[in-house]
Amino acid sequence: MRHDFAHLSDEALIALVERAEEGALAELYDRFGRPAFSLAFRMLRDHALAEDAVQEAFLTVWRNASKFVPERSKASTWVLTMVHHRAVDLVRREERRRADSLEGVPEGADDSTEDTVWLRFERERVQAALRTLPDQQREAIELAYYGGFTQAQLADRLGEPLGTIKSRMFTGLSRLREVLVQPNSEQELWNKSPSTS
Amino acid sequence: MEQVALHELTAAYALDALDADERREYENHLRRCERCRGDLRSLQEAAAMLAFATEPVAPPASLRDRIVARATSEGRKVVPLRPRWVYSLSGPVAAVAACAAIGLGLWATSLSHSLDQERRKTAVIDEGARVVALKGTRGRLFVSSSGKASLVLAKVPPAGKSETYEVWVVKASGSKPVRAGLFSGGRKREIVSVDERVPHGGKVMVTRERSGGVDAPQSKPLFSAQA
Repeated sequence: MRHDFAHLSDEALIALVERAEEGALAELYDRFGRPAFSLAFRMLRDHALAEDAVQEAFLTVWRNASKFVPERSKASTWVLTMVHHRAVDLVRREERRRADSLEGVPEGADDSTEDTVWLRFERERVQAALRTLPDQQREAIELAYYGGFTQAQLADRLGEPLGTIKSRMFTGLSRLREVLVQPNSEQELWNKSPSTS
Repeated sequence: MEQVALHELTAAYALDALDADERREYENHLRRCERCRGDLRSLQEAAAMLAFATEPVAPPASLRDRIVARATSEGRKVVPLRPRWVYSLSGPVAAVAACAAIGLGLWATSLSHSLDQERRKTAVIDEGARVVALKGTRGRLFVSSSGKASLVLAKVPPAGKSETYEVWVVKASGSKPVRAGLFSGGRKREIVSVDERVPHGGKVMVTRERSGGVDAPQSKPLFSAQA
């Protein structure tokens, strides 16, 4: 079944999901299920909760595919944003997890042989980009994105004015964008629909 | 908040680092600000890339089948809720629903049981959760000791074509009602998660407003409950 979809762009898959093609949803999961689960697990530290977050996110994609607007985001961004929203909702309810530091992520919890070359490449690229940020910017971004803290909570936790936190996140994320996001990717999307896999 | 300040929230929004009020305010701004929409696209793309930097953890093989099976069984269902709203529908709401099973006596035992498991998993509703009857309709307000709240309503008529029900939280007597979510009614049973914390003595009320919701209630509360 997935052979029918493997050659399609991510955006085309969402268009098929909108038409209730289960195979397209499965293909989307095959492309982004692993980073989605890794993200959810990193945030929630719990297999059951991470599964819940990923499942609900993909079902949200299924139910809301008609709301996807290609000029507003790439399909991969859209899907991973759903996963992040869902995990943030869960992490903000789990007070005890909030207190967890970001250390203690199990090492080698995955057999990286199964990991695709593409995912490994992306991981190294994004980790390298993060390392180029000044410590304080990286800290603000990591606590916000992986920790699920709001900017106000971050200001509180780090003992800094809210304005400082906002500007660290803005400067840091803008820097990541320079390194990670193709400057003309918006244009590209309209000229053609490249497959990311 | 002024426009410049809102524009600066784009990164925080992309990182999901806004609370419910800030997020709503920013989303309202976004509808009117082309510059922010352009900025958001690339900042959100950069933020989503952070997902790839995490240590790889393999999902269980069964997850894929489960997702596809659920999707298949649902078919195409149009969810008449705002996207952010949709995401928050299962955790504490399910937990609250477990209480509703007791409170309203409406829910099948099996459903109650699975929701009960959900409750243990999310640990949202503790033993001290309060249940308050609603004035004006059949339903209950559930408030956990931390102030997380949900409304469980029975047979609220549909809000009407260009209207919506809007939930408000009045945190202290005399204070301004704070927006706490929208729903459209028309269901046999409606579980509405309240987006704002409800302090002890706080009040939750529901009004009917024009579609999309408003910043301050424009009509008399249809029903309410005091926590």
